[in-house]
Amino acid sequence: MAGVGTEGGAISLAPSTGRSDAGRWQDNPTLLRVLSVVLFAGIWQIAGMIPVSFAFPTFVDTFTAFLGMIADGSLPKAYLSTLQPLILGVVLSTFLGVGVGTLCGLWRTGEWLFIPIFIVLQAAPVAAFIPMVTFIYGIGMTAKTLAVMILALPVIVLNTYKAVRNVNVSLIAMCQSFLGTRWQVVSRIILPDASPVIFAGLRLGVAAGFVGVVLAELLITPTGIGDLITFHRSRANYAAMYATIASIIALSTLTLVALEWVETRMFRPEKRGA
Amino acid sequence: MRNATLRKGPTLMPEPVDAIVEVRGVSKSYGNVEALRGIDLDFPRGKLTSLLGPSGCGKTTLLKIIAGLVNADAGTISVNGRTVSKPGPERAFVFQDFALLPWATVLRNVAFGLELRGKAAAEREKIARHYIGEVGLAGFEDKYPHELSGGMRQRVGLARALSVDADVLLLDEPFSAVDEQNRRKFQEDLIRLRTTQNKTFIFVTHSIEEAVYISDRIVLLSPRPGRISQIIEPEIDRSVDPDRIHRDKHYLDTVEEIWQGLKQYVD
Ligand SMILES: Nc1ncnc2c1ncn2[C@@H]1O[C@H](COP(=O)(O)OP(=O)(O)OP(=O)(O)O)[C@@H](O)[C@H]1O
Ligand SMILES: [Mg+2]
Repeated sequence: MAGVGTEGGAISLAPSTGRSDAGRWQDNPTLLRVLSVVLFAGIWQIAGMIPVSFAFPTFVDTFTAFLGMIADGSLPKAYLSTLQPLILGVVLSTFLGVGVGTLCGLWRTGEWLFIPIFIVLQAAPVAAFIPMVTFIYGIGMTAKTLAVMILALPVIVLNTYKAVRNVNVSLIAMCQSFLGTRWQVVSRIILPDASPVIFAGLRLGVAAGFVGVVLAELLITPTGIGDLITFHRSRANYAAMYATIASIIALSTLTLVALEWVETRMFRPEKRGA
Repeated sequence: MRNATLRKGPTLMPEPVDAIVEVRGVSKSYGNVEALRGIDLDFPRGKLTSLLGPSGCGKTTLLKIIAGLVNADAGTISVNGRTVSKPGPERAFVFQDFALLPWATVLRNVAFGLELRGKAAAEREKIARHYIGEVGLAGFEDKYPHELSGGMRQRVGLARALSVDADVLLLDEPFSAVDEQNRRKFQEDLIRLRTTQNKTFIFVTHSIEEAVYISDRIVLLSPRPGRISQIIEPEIDRSVDPDRIHRDKHYLDTVEEIWQGLKQYVD
């Protein structure tokens, strides 16, 4: 019995000896994240100043170009054109993907009908379909939205399906024994229980959606962010090109962070503290 | 130090009294595993009946059939004189693995049965708070299951079952995932709750001591296929100090008698 107490004590003591005051800032996640960004910008700045390539601008030049593109309106205009199909595609993929995935997880026939299609789609290099989509739907909003969905949907469907299939059966029995209806079993047990894996799929799906829209704009529909990147590259305006690329990466990251926030806020509050 | 309050009652099929749950000719097989064969059993109202037997003799299966969570191949279950085949409001289940919602607080977990029945939030939380206090968890309403010990989690499961105000509580080895100290405390609380709540308890266990300590009636099941081998009524006065019961000769004799009966089935 004494062993249990000393074991826990020994573990917590060991790392803190010798650097008890240093442990403080190392445990502050916000500070660490800011530090990570600063470190990244610093390395970028140095690499640009060496320079590693004549086409590689410094961080400061890139940031200045970023502000310039906001000021002259070219970046907001490009985002307006890119975000519409992106948001539409991601939202459609989310509802369709979670819906189809849940259905396949609950319903054997649906599983046999749909899951093989999505397994093939996930395995295929779907970016190759994008020119095909343009061929059929032209170069407008529909083609871009479809490009987003082709990349985002399979991973969302498959993750949702997997999560629903592996739901805790004991919780389902509990819900039934307390007179839960079929719909209550799905909405209050299966979906919340599956939500961590569903959200993992959503994160991958949203990231893939960003890939889809940029690919569509680079490959076929010269509009929006993709067009801005191509345009500045052709002018050898590398600072502006890098600023555009960095901005879409930043936006994608922020979207994923927001998604995680929604998950812990609305679906799994018990993970908030962790 | 002789405790005169302990008496061992008659064994083997006592007179049927007011039975709240009646099991008639229930059989169940899983593939070619025969889990239960021809079970006839009455559960007296307001009493605590234990189903006791070695692992795999069909205790959980019988309890889930009574709960309406598993369908019997043959036979009927009636509760309050009405034949049932699905879960109903007059029965509530306490699960061996607690079956708590990890994403919900203690309060919501305890109120969950009422939530499913569409009771208004304020009302169901008032009821839930009452039973949280009743099982000794006051102050833990806003904690999540992962912040509780095993014993406390099962108290949540018990409070949830009490909240829906069922006549019959079905408990499947509720203490098997709880450490020995908490188990003792929990058994004492259960004895107390049984006198205050006026409910019928059907309790599955594979601990002979536990069964003798808490039960009014013990049903011994034999394995492969599960059948009733003996019914024992310990008739122990539990108003005395719990520690004295554990040392009492009649208590120990009953434990020994049941062990002699079950020994043949243990390999
Ligand atoms: N869902 C199932 N599918 C197939 N066989 C099952 C299933 N559930 C139980 N069985 C089998 O039926 C028999 C009785 O099982 P049951 O769980 O009712 O026993 P038990 O008395 O509760 O055992 P334990 O003390 O281990 O909990 C066992 O042989 C078991 O393997
Ligand atoms: Mg069992």
